[in-house]
Amino acid sequence: MSRAETGTPVARTPSPLWSLGLLRSELATTFRRWRTLALLGVLAAVPVLVGIAVKIETGDGSPAGGGGGGEGPAFIAQVTNNGLFLVFTALAATLPFFLPMAVGVVAGDAIAGEANAGTLRYLLVAPAGRTRLLLTKYATTMVFCLAATLVVALSALAVGALLFPLGDLTTISGTRIGFAEGLGRALLIALAVAASLTGIAALGLFVSTLTNSGIAAMATTVGLLITVQILDQIPQLDALHPYLFSHYWLSFADLMREPVLWDDLTRNLGLQALYAAVFGSAAWARFTAKDINA
Amino acid sequence: MSEPPATAPDGDDAADGVIVTRALTKRYRGGQLAVDALDLTVPAGSVFGFLGPNGSGKTTTIRMLMGLIEPTSGTARVLGRPMPRGARAVLPRVGALIEGPALYGFLSGRDNLLRYDAADPTADPRTRRHRVAAALDRVGLTAAAGKKAKAYSLGMKQRLGLAAALLQPRKLLVLDEPTNGLDPQGMREIRTLVRELADDGTTVFVSSHLLDEIEQVCTHAAVMAQGRLITQGTVTDLAAGLRGRLVVTTPDTGDAARVLKENGVTDVVVAGDRVRGDAPEGELADLTAALVKAGVRVRGFGIERASLEDAFMALTGEGFDVAG
Repeated sequence: MSRAETGTPVARTPSPLWSLGLLRSELATTFRRWRTLALLGVLAAVPVLVGIAVKIETGDGSPAGGGGGGEGPAFIAQVTNNGLFLVFTALAATLPFFLPMAVGVVAGDAIAGEANAGTLRYLLVAPAGRTRLLLTKYATTMVFCLAATLVVALSALAVGALLFPLGDLTTISGTRIGFAEGLGRALLIALAVAASLTGIAALGLFVSTLTNSGIAAMATTVGLLITVQILDQIPQLDALHPYLFSHYWLSFADLMREPVLWDDLTRNLGLQALYAAVFGSAAWARFTAKDINA
Repeated sequence: MSEPPATAPDGDDAADGVIVTRALTKRYRGGQLAVDALDLTVPAGSVFGFLGPNGSGKTTTIRMLMGLIEPTSGTARVLGRPMPRGARAVLPRVGALIEGPALYGFLSGRDNLLRYDAADPTADPRTRRHRVAAALDRVGLTAAAGKKAKAYSLGMKQRLGLAAALLQPRKLLVLDEPTNGLDPQGMREIRTLVRELADDGTTVFVSSHLLDEIEQVCTHAAVMAQGRLITQGTVTDLAAGLRGRLVVTTPDTGDAARVLKENGVTDVVVAGDRVRGDAPEGELADLTAALVKAGVRVRGFGIERASLEDAFMALTGEGFDVAG
């Protein structure tokens, strides 16, 4: 032991809390990546574009989404009356593709990207521990789901406040609620949207354990996302629809009812939990038994 | 396979060797036998050279020792514990450089080390910055610590990889081809570093396909070819198994070769102005006298020291650079 003490004055009695160092490092590393920042930047730009488009469209006084312009995302007609609706509109516009694509990129890169760069072997001999590393990666992906959703929501709130009036709002059920409660509902909706993304996060992580190429894992995950969205549109596959991870995504709108309609919301959360359990276990089984040759 | 208790003092759990493998075998999917029944023993305190041409199974062995890949059969014990099962207890006391450095290009050199240190659950976060600074200093990277790793040269990356292996006091250091990409000055520094670490009591396991760099620092060596262990032992023993070769430098190579053969020298080979052969037992001076008497002009006369390369050639019957 004499030698171990020459370098470090403090005796090494590992504390369980030190294990969290990896999570902190992982979060810092993920959010310092140029790619992560670019994804968040794109997500922040969507509400700006939607807000400006609605402002220009309604400059002559006609209501947005009305007339012959076809259907826009949910809630778009109310945006001119209340800027807070831009939050709901932006989330409804980004949830089908932009948000899950960003999550698919981060989740798909989680293990495969480290393998591709060769850093995986050094993390494992550090030793990070395979289960601990996988849990850290999943936790970080979940944090990214929340961060990405909040970026869209906050950007929309800022743009909405700048371009449109704020105030009391009317729910889908026709009742009126105060602005403060409206903000509360917006936060709840953001959380529901973030939770909707945990299924594809688990799926992406599983794909990430299958390959040593980060790009391949990202492309596969995003490809699966598109495939599932298409399958969800085919009426003949009706029996399959309740099991597709994206099927209940737009249920977050039910939080704008009075009283809130919980049926589809809980079905969505249950389905996401199921995906997380199934693909999380599959990722664990694969990753802990895998030969690391990269 | 009884495991020693976790509280065993550091020195005792590896009494029979810091690395011990028995019949260690790895067969990849597709049937290729990468490592074939390897019995390796690395004594504590040694600087152990692990030699073999590219593709001879060195890296596969190292990956099995580090718990990165599962052996097909056989056992591997590192610091007295079985791998890969004992990885959590063993690896914090092992520093490793495996198949070249791997870094996060968008992070600075210092941040790379902070990340690798954070991955070790036994590393104290209170001393992290201090230990990272010390490791950077030890490999001479303090001045470049703030630069992004993607701007590093290959040699700097190699140094940073070494620094990652030196973040903690280690019992065992595994260095896979540590001098790749380094200039002669860098190679010299690595050799000095290895000697320092060995003097501190760290066992150093160095793999290489370059023989001369090993010969200069190692106390022990093992030679691999095509997945099999050809030999292992102390460097002195390995080289002593070979007699030196007689070398005569002369402009009259034809006459010299004839005279040497007449005087009992076997396996005479002429190359350029040199004549080489296996000298017979007895006084070498008699050979010089015979050469002079025959009118052969001699520029040089001596015994070439047997090198590990000769040992390898003698053992495998092929050149060292042949890939397996």
